[in-house]
Amino acid sequence: MSAASGTPRVQPIEAALVLADGEVFEGEAFGARPDDGISSGEVVFNTVLAGYQEVITDPSYAGQIVTFTYPHLGNYGVNSEDHESRSTFLRGVVCRDLPRRHSNFRAETDLESFLISQGVAGIAGIDTRRLTRHIRDAGAMPGAFGAADEAALRAAAAAEPGTGGIDLVATVTCDAPYHRATTRDDGGRVWNVVALDYGIKSTIVEQLSRIANVTVVPASTSAEDILGHHPDGVFLSNGPGDPEAVVGATDTIGGLLGKLPIFGICLGHQLLSLTLGLSTYKLPFGHHGGNHPIRNLRTGIIEITSQNHNFNVVDEMVDGVEVTHVNINDHTVAGIACTDVPAFSVQYHPEAGPGPHDSRYLFADFDAMLADFHGGEN
Amino acid sequence: MPRRDDIESILLIGSGPIVIGQACEFDYSGTQACRVLREEGYRVILLNSNPATIMTDPEFADATYVEPLTLEVLTEIIKVEQPDALLPTLGGQTALNLAMEAVESGVLDEHGVELIGADAEAIATAEDRENFKVAMLEVGLDCLRSGVAHTMEEAREVIAEIGLPVIIRPAYILGGRGTGMAHTMEEFERVASYGLDASPISEILIEESILGWKEYELEVMRDHADNCVIICSIENLDPMGVHTGDSITVAPSQTLTDIEYQKMRDDAFTCMRRVGVETGGSNVQFAVHPETGRQVVIEMNPRVSRSSALASKATGFPIAKIAARLAVGYTLDEIPNDITEKTPASFEPTIDYVVTKVPRWAFEKFPGTKPVLGTQMQSVGEVMAIGRTFTESLQKALRSLELGRFGLNCDAGEAAYDDMPLDELLDAASVGTPERIFQLEACLRRGKTVDEVYAATKVDPWFLDQMLVISEERARLAEVGLAAMSRLDWRRAKRLGFSDAQLAYLWSADGADVAAVAAARREAGVLPTYKTVDTCGAEFEADTPYHYSTWEDTTEVASSDRPKVIILGSGPNRIGQGIEFDYCCVHASFALRDAGFETIMVNCNPETVSTDYDTSDRLYFEPLTHDDVMNIIEAEEASAVAGGGPGIAGIIVSLGGQTPLKLAGDLPAGLVAGTSPESIDLAEDRERWNALCERLGIAQPPGGTAKDLDEALAVVAEVGYPALMRPSYVLGGRAMTIVHDEEGLRDAMAELAAFGSLGKEGGLSAERPVLVDRFLEDAIEVDVDAIRDHTGEVIIGGIMEHVEEAGVHSGDSACMIPPQSLSASVLAELEATTAALATELEVEGLLNVQYAVTAAGGDGSVYVLEANPRASRTVPFVAKATGRPLVKIATRVMLGATLAELREEGMLGDIAEGDHIAVKEAVLPFNRFPETDQLLGPEMRSTGEVMGIDLEVGLAFAKSQIAAGDLLPSEGAVFFSVADRDKAAGLAAAQAYRGLGFDIVATAGTAAMLRDAGVDVSGVAAKIGAPPDSDEGSVDLPDVVELIEAGRIQIVVNTPRGRGARADGAYIRNAASRAGLPLFTTIAAAAAAAHGIADMAAHPLQVRPLQAYHEGVHK
Ligand SMILES: Nc1ncnc2c1ncn2[C@@H]1O[C@H](COP(=O)(O)OP(=O)(O)O)[C@@H](O)[C@H]1O
Ligand SMILES: Nc1ncnc2c1ncn2[C@@H]1O[C@H](COP(=O)(O)OP(=O)(O)O)[C@@H](O)[C@H]1O
Ligand SMILES: [Mg+2]
Ligand SMILES: [Mg+2]
Repeated sequence: MSAASGTPRVQPIEAALVLADGEVFEGEAFGARPDDGISSGEVVFNTVLAGYQEVITDPSYAGQIVTFTYPHLGNYGVNSEDHESRSTFLRGVVCRDLPRRHSNFRAETDLESFLISQGVAGIAGIDTRRLTRHIRDAGAMPGAFGAADEAALRAAAAAEPGTGGIDLVATVTCDAPYHRATTRDDGGRVWNVVALDYGIKSTIVEQLSRIANVTVVPASTSAEDILGHHPDGVFLSNGPGDPEAVVGATDTIGGLLGKLPIFGICLGHQLLSLTLGLSTYKLPFGHHGGNHPIRNLRTGIIEITSQNHNFNVVDEMVDGVEVTHVNINDHTVAGIACTDVPAFSVQYHPEAGPGPHDSRYLFADFDAMLADFHGGEN
Repeated sequence: MPRRDDIESILLIGSGPIVIGQACEFDYSGTQACRVLREEGYRVILLNSNPATIMTDPEFADATYVEPLTLEVLTEIIKVEQPDALLPTLGGQTALNLAMEAVESGVLDEHGVELIGADAEAIATAEDRENFKVAMLEVGLDCLRSGVAHTMEEAREVIAEIGLPVIIRPAYILGGRGTGMAHTMEEFERVASYGLDASPISEILIEESILGWKEYELEVMRDHADNCVIICSIENLDPMGVHTGDSITVAPSQTLTDIEYQKMRDDAFTCMRRVGVETGGSNVQFAVHPETGRQVVIEMNPRVSRSSALASKATGFPIAKIAARLAVGYTLDEIPNDITEKTPASFEPTIDYVVTKVPRWAFEKFPGTKPVLGTQMQSVGEVMAIGRTFTESLQKALRSLELGRFGLNCDAGEAAYDDMPLDELLDAASVGTPERIFQLEACLRRGKTVDEVYAATKVDPWFLDQMLVISEERARLAEVGLAAMSRLDWRRAKRLGFSDAQLAYLWSADGADVAAVAAARREAGVLPTYKTVDTCGAEFEADTPYHYSTWEDTTEVASSDRPKVIILGSGPNRIGQGIEFDYCCVHASFALRDAGFETIMVNCNPETVSTDYDTSDRLYFEPLTHDDVMNIIEAEEASAVAGGGPGIAGIIVSLGGQTPLKLAGDLPAGLVAGTSPESIDLAEDRERWNALCERLGIAQPPGGTAKDLDEALAVVAEVGYPALMRPSYVLGGRAMTIVHDEEGLRDAMAELAAFGSLGKEGGLSAERPVLVDRFLEDAIEVDVDAIRDHTGEVIIGGIMEHVEEAGVHSGDSACMIPPQSLSASVLAELEATTAALATELEVEGLLNVQYAVTAAGGDGSVYVLEANPRASRTVPFVAKATGRPLVKIATRVMLGATLAELREEGMLGDIAEGDHIAVKEAVLPFNRFPETDQLLGPEMRSTGEVMGIDLEVGLAFAKSQIAAGDLLPSEGAVFFSVADRDKAAGLAAAQAYRGLGFDIVATAGTAAMLRDAGVDVSGVAAKIGAPPDSDEGSVDLPDVVELIEAGRIQIVVNTPRGRGARADGAYIRNAASRAGLPLFTTIAAAAAAAHGIADMAAHPLQVRPLQAYHEGVHK
């Protein structure tokens, strides 16, 4: 079980986090040690109590420094089963405390060793509540942290572009298609689904594979090439950053819309929306956590959901589009469906990983939509 | 769907007296429910027998019935009130069980009363362990191999199947009563039969033991639209085998990955849906195998529980309040989260701190019972602490306990563990006990590895390593030394939860004291900060100022311009200091809020109403130690300066029992509101107190002080036997004993001296002498509560005549208002003396004086036993009996108002002048400590109280007995065995029972005496153990224990024969309680009961709400 006796940190290495607006937070460095002692990116916070491994390996955090509001990080170590992608893409980890010993029957290594192996730096000992409240009030903003001196950090924070207007998808998508065979065993028809990888999470592939053979293709794949795979449906994945900056995505989706059933999550939802003529905007500090209530407008039922996005779809009227889900914390759009073509998408993460399973029914909905479209009784 | 308009009135059932396993958490939940339902415009009818609760304040319900929680009473109330609905899920197991009885009796259907918040079938599924297991397996949840038995035969069949070790648990019980482990067949036989007796439906579950597994709890809420949310996850530090109520628990869960946590979450929902709890809160308990991760469901409670109170305080999500709204039709998304105000309640709280709960026990009061924790709850109270890390919250929790500890060791208390050989220490730590947490740290500090300690104790390595971090930092700090501490060193130490007191101990070698440590720390610029409990990890703004201290960059205490009053609470419940003091603090807060002050509550007890975030304007969930309180004072002064306010108008220390009183002396002079700390000392200091009484010509029991046997003998030579020995500086009559001769005196002194049970509490010395008083025999004890204002006006709040004679602790004896046997002149003298004492002590606020009146009934002489210039245990009872809000009045007086002014305001009201009599009866926890003798004495051991109120003394007393759990029979046999000195009075009592048609059975001596006096005694019982004919002649029955077990006795009257009585007496008394028979250990109580039985026969049961009594009901 809790095999690995922790790595007792010898003398703490003093470090600091500096935000673009000049706020300074003192802490101790851990994880990888960049030569210049600086890591920079857009600072966001996540309020999950458990699930740090999934968050840290989620490609959607590309370009971001993730602050965990729950003070202890690493309690149950890291295992090889819960990764959300082949690697890590975030720029850094901020926490209040990094326990030196973990305990869990599935643990294979401790968080710090994992971060070091991934070349990711972290800073602990931070008053993360002060930091979170600052971001909540001032908005997500660039920042830099590390053992380097304050002036250097300040400069790095100022130089950091943030995530607006940058195509981060190119940095996380796979470079060649790959397949995931279905695990369907309920006798239902096995579909062939192409998943556009804007930064797809393993849990999504796993959930899709329960109803289909999944072919994951690079984000740059054209509509023609996708149709070339003769899929029954297309899935638009989650991913990092600003939807408007994702090169060519809307053309691709436009070329598929109406031809095949489409299901999108998070960035995929934003890209579908853009394709349909809706617009997107940046939220002040985004939604990152596992406790956001969403109302399904069709059933009235509340779903507690996993969320991770800084951009959102504008609540506006567009022909052929119906809003299906709303975030009842701030009343932002959380899901849409097309009224005349088979396509729907949600802003949050029904696959969970980490987070509640309340919304997994959406994969069944996709299954039904596929059956509907192909007339294949299910 | 919004509020239901098809119901107008709702009957709420409270949880009755405070007992182990069911404490003030249900006053908290019930009070919230009452508030909410009235806000929603419903007529609220309340039934609760416990007068010390906030919920039974007349203003919290439209009709408040302080009556016994029995089906008969409930039925009566339903007849009178014709409520539309019955809400049973906020009054603990007691309310749930009573509601089930009502359902089965058909009374609800008959009167068209709808059960809301839960349905009978759901309750049956969850509470019956067999049904529950079947249901869980049905929906595919993993449970433990087990079988159910209703007889010993069945039990043996089951064990043959699953094999040892097993755990045995009765159905329909609270707090694990009657639950136990069996590793051998002998144990099995014993535990199984005890369990069968404990279960009201004599049914037990025999289950494979999973000792040492990890234990978890989830708090779930569901609305009728089937929206489900988890409010909080809790991980037990003590592994399976120690009842959750006795475990150190931590929120949120620490060692589950999201995968495992989400599975648990899904299972909890599946469980709640299958059981069928349609709306409200429930608690689901899980066990997880540490190596394989196998996850099993242990049980679910289909109601708010102790854990949901903890979860509410831990997250800021008010489960009971929301549950009440859900019960009347709302859905979660229709209810706002009142902490953020912007977001709805249909979400899952997330927290950015760690919460630790630590129980508090009272084993020292129950000699014969080993302080070992098991599957049956034994703790009497608990504390909760909030810190940004586990280490910080654990150390805060441990110093909140008020056991003289300043954190996780690193204080004088650790000596006990450091003297023990290391392996012995580890063995000790492998058993769950109150000391375990400290032993764990000592083991680690002294060189055992985390893995060794884990192997021996099964306490998760994560927790152990966190403790080791504390130990190692301690070692580092010792090296650094006070002088060389850098700002970062201080920050690190403080963030690990070290108190200045611990550091002072650590550096005591270099002559450091707390003041020096605090000064150096301030010098280094390291000051506490206060963060906010906001349900959302700071994602949204929170307006509710619910704070905890921690050592971070910034503080969140808002500025304010109103005059502030800080109210210091009473800390963890313990015997002698419980809910009644929380009642006082809450009333103070309400009164001062109404008077325009900003009220600031400080407390660390998660069960209470005082720690509800909307009871006061501000809540600090903090330990009640000098350091912590001084820090809060500083923070509030800063807030006043920032807001340009007048600052702190006063600190209230006299309403929370001993806890705040102990702090009073060292608080900034002048800030203490009301009676000065000097006066408080004056009343406590024996010498000065005696002088004062002499000056006023007030009689006291003759006596003196002694620090050793010779001095004690000298005093007794003066005052004579029997004498009462009372150690100084103890609470609740701790270790007080009555001695009848020199041998008894010698034993008592030995007990009190360093080697005796009091040894660890300080033993005897010149500073801590024992007070030896003439024990006043057959004296009537009287309690008087009074209020004096700064102009000198005094009002008498109430005079209570005790039923048991002096010698039974005031907290353990029944008492009544108004007094029944005291003459007008005695009453006048009591009032005059009380007023004189109030004036002499310059009391500003409450005063409680205890008297003993000798020569019962007649114009006896009045002796004063003690005076306490503070709120007493009896204040809530007096307020409920008389309708006068004593605490509210006293609090205003403490802040300078005069009684005249308050009379103007109409706050004094006028004492209800109806014909009713109110009787308070104590409730004792002996069923939890079967090895302990049940004798009442000068050491208090009750955990709670009930009130009986009616127009006839007998009826009021009978109600109090029924409420306390003794159903008084109307026929059968009464067993008498009384001490010689009680024989005269015993005769009268026996005649009374005979007159009521009871048969009289007695032991030889008592029988002879009764027969001589012409009472016909139907049988003489043998000496315990001896065969009937062994005794010469007369004896014609087996011994009483056999008679009781054979069901041939209905009432037991047994008074102690001074020394030696224990042997037989204890057998008799324990047999009586095992059989659940009314047991009277004083003739006075036995006589009162006879009176009650007579009155019950003469009058039909009548129930009336307090509101009516306070208007004045006449015969
Ligand atoms: N099968 C078991 N093996 C070992 N310990 C157990 C087992 N079942 C319960 N316990 C312990 O007994 C305690 C009380 O059991 P529980 O079912 O919660 O009864 P209660 O209704 O008193 O809470 C639990 O908290 C747990 O520590
Ligand atoms: N001299 C006495 N004679 C008879 N009973 C006494 C005497 N002194 C005290 N008692 C009994 O002992 C009990 C506890 O004594 P008290 O001084 O009230 O201790 P505490 O401070 O714990 O209330 C009293 O309630 C009373 O019943
Ligand atoms: Mg339990
Ligand atoms: Mg007393």
